[in-house]
Amino acid sequence: MNRISTDRLGKSFSKTIFSFFKILPIIIGMLLATSLVITLFPEQISTGLFGNGDFLDALLGASIGSIAVGHPLASYLLGGELLRGGVGLIAVTALLVSWVTVGIVQLPAESLMLGGRFAVMRNLVCFITAVIIAFVTVFTIRLIGIL
Amino acid sequence: MSDKMKSRGIGGWIFLGLVIISYALVGLVEPEATIQAWLFFENVMNRVLPVLGLVFILLFVANLLLEPKWIKQYLGTGAGPKGWFASVIAGMLSIGPIYVWYTVLNELQAKGMRTALIATFLYSRAVKLPLLPLMIHYFGVVYTVVLCLYLVLFAGINGIVVEKLIVQKR
Repeated sequence: MNRISTDRLGKSFSKTIFSFFKILPIIIGMLLATSLVITLFPEQISTGLFGNGDFLDALLGASIGSIAVGHPLASYLLGGELLRGGVGLIAVTALLVSWVTVGIVQLPAESLMLGGRFAVMRNLVCFITAVIIAFVTVFTIRLIGIL
Repeated sequence: MSDKMKSRGIGGWIFLGLVIISYALVGLVEPEATIQAWLFFENVMNRVLPVLGLVFILLFVANLLLEPKWIKQYLGTGAGPKGWFASVIAGMLSIGPIYVWYTVLNELQAKGMRTALIATFLYSRAVKLPLLPLMIHYFGVVYTVVLCLYLVLFAGINGIVVEKLIVQKR
């Protein structure tokens, strides 16, 4: 097995530091923003925007995730806090999945690089599967809980 | 946001700056709520901080051991079960912004990589290995494992469906 050189270790470390400091303001900003929104609108988040039944909530969660831009960490933070705020797990799961699989903002770039038809179809299928995964994940967890 | 801003990571700092300005503005109107929000933030940050340390270590390991060339080589070589497996694993291991991977996939597409495998690769990116500790922290081990298994399963299904839809349209 090749030994990892000190040079490579140093390069990897500095690359990690750079990546980490790039995501750090996003994490702190997202946490601050989520804290403010949850403090100001706790009722509206759980019962106003969401709370229209599992299917509509899943569609809403998937829609938010599809248009959201940001590091996946932000979706965990937002999803976790929404969950604490009373939003259902199905809606939160749809948000988490669509956040990392659907990219409305990236659609032009994806179309240019991989073809318009591919990009549109892929994002459409990903949106639908985000909703399906949200349901099957929660049902599986409930089943595990029963067993 | 321009590519330059993204590569320098300025966008994140601008975002943080805007959030701080929002706090200041809300603080003028609702000082009590702003203090509550800050306390809420402190509480969440205390819980998240140790997990961020673990995320840093995993990012370091990924940067040290994984090379885009390696992923590209394995994705480009195989069709059949090996190709599917390689697409899923490569997608899970691929780090960094998705734009970088569009370029790599564009190259592989030009060399004859299957549409289904490209879609599978992109879907598998949903499983973020270095971020799993944070996901477990927020949603628990059972939820994380179940969701990741479904994401891997649906990565393949997604690839097949996208390919079929594109072929049908043609």
